[in-house]
Amino acid sequence: MNELALAIPWLGKRHPAAARWVVVAIALAAPLIAILFGKTWVRILDFAMLYVMLAIGLNLVVGFAGLLDLGYIAFYAVGAYTFAFLASPHFDIHLPFWIVLPLGAGFAALAGIILGLPTLRLRGDYLAIVTLGFGEIVRIFMNNLNHPINITNGPQGINMIDPLVILGWDISRPVKIGEDITINSLFLYYYVFLAFVVLSIILVQRLQISRVGRAWAAIRDDELAAKAIGINTRNMKLLAFSLGATFGGVAGGLFAAFQGFVSPESFSLMESIAVLTMIVFGGMGNLAGVIVGALALTALPEVLRHVAVPVQQAVFDRVILDPEVLRMLLLSLAMILMMLLRPSGMIPAYSRYSRPELVVGKAAGEAPK
Amino acid sequence: METLLQQTVNGLVVGSVYALVALGYTMVYGILGLINFAHGDILMVGALVALEAIRLLQLHAPELGLVPTLLAGLSVSVLVCMLLGYTIERTAYRRLRNAPRLAPLITAIGVSFLLQTIAMIIWGRNYHTFPQLVSTTPLEPVAGVFITPVQIAILVVSAVLMVALVLLVNKTRLGRAMRATAENHKVASLMGVDTNKIIAATFVIGSGLAAVAGVMFSSNYGIAHYAMGFMPGLKAFTAAVLGGIGNLGGAMLGGLVLGLVESIGAGYIEDLSFGFLNSSYQDIFAFIILGIVLIFRPTGLLGERVADRA
Repeated sequence: MNELALAIPWLGKRHPAAARWVVVAIALAAPLIAILFGKTWVRILDFAMLYVMLAIGLNLVVGFAGLLDLGYIAFYAVGAYTFAFLASPHFDIHLPFWIVLPLGAGFAALAGIILGLPTLRLRGDYLAIVTLGFGEIVRIFMNNLNHPINITNGPQGINMIDPLVILGWDISRPVKIGEDITINSLFLYYYVFLAFVVLSIILVQRLQISRVGRAWAAIRDDELAAKAIGINTRNMKLLAFSLGATFGGVAGGLFAAFQGFVSPESFSLMESIAVLTMIVFGGMGNLAGVIVGALALTALPEVLRHVAVPVQQAVFDRVILDPEVLRMLLLSLAMILMMLLRPSGMIPAYSRYSRPELVVGKAAGEAPK
Repeated sequence: METLLQQTVNGLVVGSVYALVALGYTMVYGILGLINFAHGDILMVGALVALEAIRLLQLHAPELGLVPTLLAGLSVSVLVCMLLGYTIERTAYRRLRNAPRLAPLITAIGVSFLLQTIAMIIWGRNYHTFPQLVSTTPLEPVAGVFITPVQIAILVVSAVLMVALVLLVNKTRLGRAMRATAENHKVASLMGVDTNKIIAATFVIGSGLAAVAGVMFSSNYGIAHYAMGFMPGLKAFTAAVLGGIGNLGGAMLGGLVLGLVESIGAGYIEDLSFGFLNSSYQDIFAFIILGIVLIFRPTGLLGERVADRA
């Protein structure tokens, strides 16, 4: 959890233990604070947790292994649709989540391997564009596979997906304690998601300092050298790709259960780019940075909705830039400016196996092969 | 048989638009080793700027004929896009020339989305009807094949531009400098080539071609939209890879082949998949081709002749 402590930069360096407890306290208390501003903010927190999971997964691919994946949201979609198929009235199958989630993760991983096999031998830019195309293909299929046989229900999406039921306890129902205290299901979802996030963090941290993680770092920094010291670069890259996809699949399943509804609209290219911006903004390859980035950029559009709109109305008498446009504007500017001015992100990587600067590579000066 | 011929003509038309865009990708890739994700969006800017210019002209100078209006709109949009390409290279990519590999790629994606967002702010989210100044009513069918004047114009203009570009790269001083820079920046600059200028010129030329492609695309389909650049951009990149990225002739060939496969494939996909898939899956052909090329022949159809690269 040391890296997590660094999320609070000033305290983190001097008193890591204190910082750690502050982080834990914030994580646990967040929904209680959020409810003061209304239920929507708790819901936003729930989504923030899902984005954190996505960002952690994508960071595994981009930050650790240096493979740019622009279709990451497709894995999220695979997870979500798997859940929707196997736990909804759509096909009238209602499997419990502990079967469906791993299945979704497995399918996502499989998709990652299928996608990775042809491209991973090549230069990274090809991978970027192939993954971009893959994301689009998945979306085209989601949109059109409603005839002649109705599989995905087309643009309307799938409704009434089963909620998470943990050991017979349906967490989408508010819990009553005593007479007048009820705990809203949004809170329950938050803590469930938080548990998944914590699990992911622990897993990824162990992974990063393991033999595999070091191999990824080596590949990212210099693929040729990594190959020369006996790392099976292809398998390691495939592993990164499919493991990253797994996180996307799990997050997708949780998303489907939480939302109760999936449609192709939730899995647009913009979402892939948003997740990528989160990790670029926070600090590629650094877990704490990635988490902070995800939280900041999930909260941002909501804050904009509540701040920018009234401000514009007051100043110009009308809304010139609606929040969605503002979000896109800020995301794209963030991506460009971060790369130009602070390529290592707000919270640069600091540990032994993730380097302060971005991926090296002799890059642009090198004659392209 | 008539369907096949008809789809071949359509494919050639779409393919030549792809080819023009693919040239921009391939030139930049040849010189910088960078996939300029924003290239497709320059096509979009080209179409929308032309639309705006044509609207203004029709409003203030209605006595101007159809073709002069179109040409004026086209020139304005080409100039704007060239300036835009130069600005992007200057402000975003130049500073990252020696940066780690991922940085320029991510910046390029950012630029692409920035352009889309700005276009969305200026032109809104709606589809605009693009004035069809060259007629889109088919001429008398020849051997059962319909072809419209705008399609003929597209074929002619792209052929002329491609020949001009090949001449530019192979016969002029600038072209020689471009080829030298593509081969090796350092040595080229030692030989007295101002590589910065050459790289900027590459962006400017590529962007101009994309603007023309955008206007052709919109004239053909009659619409313009802030996100219209994404798919043609992706497909043109596929075309560039298919022909062998970094290779001018390859980009042209790749564009045409891709256009043909897509158009003929869309005509027959229903029969091929026993009615399971229909023409709304047209867009996946490009990606299937991309996948196949990358697996079996990553250097593309023509491979990469380094000396030819510009």
